[in-house]
Amino acid sequence: MIEGILIGLSTALSLTNILMVMVGCFAGTIIGMLPGLGPMTAIALMIPITYGFDPSTGLILMAGVYYGAVFGGSTSSILLNAPGIPGTVATAFDGYPMAQQGKAGKALAIAAYSSFAGGTISAIFLLVAAPSLSKVSLAFRSPDYFALMILGLTAISAFSSKGQFLKAMMMVVLGLMLATVGQDSLSDITRFTFNNMNLTDGISFVLIVMATFAMSEALTIIFRGKDPNRAAKQISLTELGSIKVNKEETIKMAKTIPRSSILGFLIGVLPGAGATIASFLAYGMERNYVNEEEKQKFGKGSVHGLSAPETANNAACSGSFVPLLTLGIPGSGTTAVMLGALLGFGIQPGPRLYQTNPEIFWSVIMSMYIGMVVLLILNLPLIPYIARILAVPRNYLIPLILFFSVTGIYLMSFNNFDIFLMIGIAVVATFLRLYDFPMPPLILAFVLGGLMEETLRRSLLISDGSPNFLWDRPITLIILLITITIVGWQIFSTFRKKS
Amino acid sequence: MRISPTKFISLLFLVLSVFYLYTAYNIQVFAFDENAPFNARTFPIYLGWAGIILSSLKIILPEKITTEVNHKHLDYKSIIYLIIISLIYAAVILKIGYFISTSLFLFASYYFLGERRWGLMFILSFPFVAAFMYLLHGLLNIYLRDPFLKYIGVMG
Repeated sequence: MIEGILIGLSTALSLTNILMVMVGCFAGTIIGMLPGLGPMTAIALMIPITYGFDPSTGLILMAGVYYGAVFGGSTSSILLNAPGIPGTVATAFDGYPMAQQGKAGKALAIAAYSSFAGGTISAIFLLVAAPSLSKVSLAFRSPDYFALMILGLTAISAFSSKGQFLKAMMMVVLGLMLATVGQDSLSDITRFTFNNMNLTDGISFVLIVMATFAMSEALTIIFRGKDPNRAAKQISLTELGSIKVNKEETIKMAKTIPRSSILGFLIGVLPGAGATIASFLAYGMERNYVNEEEKQKFGKGSVHGLSAPETANNAACSGSFVPLLTLGIPGSGTTAVMLGALLGFGIQPGPRLYQTNPEIFWSVIMSMYIGMVVLLILNLPLIPYIARILAVPRNYLIPLILFFSVTGIYLMSFNNFDIFLMIGIAVVATFLRLYDFPMPPLILAFVLGGLMEETLRRSLLISDGSPNFLWDRPITLIILLITITIVGWQIFSTFRKKS
Repeated sequence: MRISPTKFISLLFLVLSVFYLYTAYNIQVFAFDENAPFNARTFPIYLGWAGIILSSLKIILPEKITTEVNHKHLDYKSIIYLIIISLIYAAVILKIGYFISTSLFLFASYYFLGERRWGLMFILSFPFVAAFMYLLHGLLNIYLRDPFLKYIGVMG
């Protein structure tokens, strides 16, 4: 492992890669700060720029963007009460009241220190857990992978959709349907192309991400522009106050950070759970841990209440890389985008990545840590200046997002059919979002579609067409039972709420 | 009877799933693969059925959480303008080239979203696109096809 860490460090610490982490963190912070635009959009917008890079550099840039966007999301939560991403909603509960009390700088500093600490602790967990799990996952066979993907898709539908399980599952099926367009991987038979040559190679992953996130986010912002509930209640972006944290606040953070990090990491590892659930659970857990006096401060600017979700959401970000790097199966929408980018570089993540491309495996892990250091030392002092980005009028912001989306697709194919297709999908996605049909399950399903069909093919061929493969092996059976439990819980909670 | 938008979308999804399933059954497979445990049709057929079952459940079951959208608060005019501009942009990008089409797209988008600071609109369209193209093509060495700039000799 020490050798691996050194390989990772030597790759991540090259001048180009350090520069990329810095650029990534900076760009991610700016994009993540804009309400409505989260890490998925930020990473998607970066994909075209990474075309010319080697895989390690491209992934390091994206890891920087990821952490930057999460940090940026916290900034808009604290300053505007408008979380950039769902994972920072809980941050606003105490961050925004603190900012209203004239302590916006302090709130941002607490968020930054907590994010850094949570990220650091979870990066250590990742260092230990990822290689061990890689070895274990070598024992996984096709039926296990198939069951694991079903679990991941069910879990993301259950956890990411605010009680709209059926809607999320419909999005999963839609994502899988879109993934079947084009040539069948084994027989080369074309499916669902309707004799259109442009669809023979299937729909590009970048196109789907750009359409359902970047472009559709931009259209949604314009579409809901007249909604008074969405108008940001802006506090002063120039007078943020001091960013110094006193001794008492440091002690409070020191108590909160370890338990929130552990919780966040464990939740992040679970398929589908991710930063949003981690931050809410950490907030709730912290409220139970503190004394009665501190409990009263929750929702009014509590240090514990701000530190806990910020620590947990960053810890969950690192945790979500565990299934991606070790099993090749992303557990969240953001890691699904990362998987798409990895596949674009010709790298198949999974248990063998650790052996075949150790420099990529370790450099991604190490760059996450470097990204957090950069965030702390570069972004924190610049926050008063970066915060002014929030004042950029949407009249300029929206066309620029559309421009980046179209450019990304144009660079890929130099073909206007793809741009038309992207606009069409973006319009449909905008209406679906309006009625709370979640997009992350669609993306995850689209990314996993090919692999899922492949593993199902192998499993059915091995079992001669019988569904026995689902319960023949203990691992498959256990995964299947967990999936059934999640579905059962969703049905139970539906009936309980009705009654 | 008034059908809720969520149920209407589910109904559309049901129609899509039926069409998808019909198309899946009509996928041409090799004769020797016809009765194999798994062929190019198998996975799409499962998906078609899954889509039909899920959308039917959504239509039949009462809604636990209803999503209310106030249409008075939706800016249809701006979004229609933006979509039309984007479609025109997609249609002309190959003919008039990346630089001119993108710059005009940005300029028109700023205008239709209500911006009237002409100087800033110009800077954030033509020079901005030129700088971006230089970043991609000149610094990052990412090929950016533009027949017009090639014709006038600006790009190699």
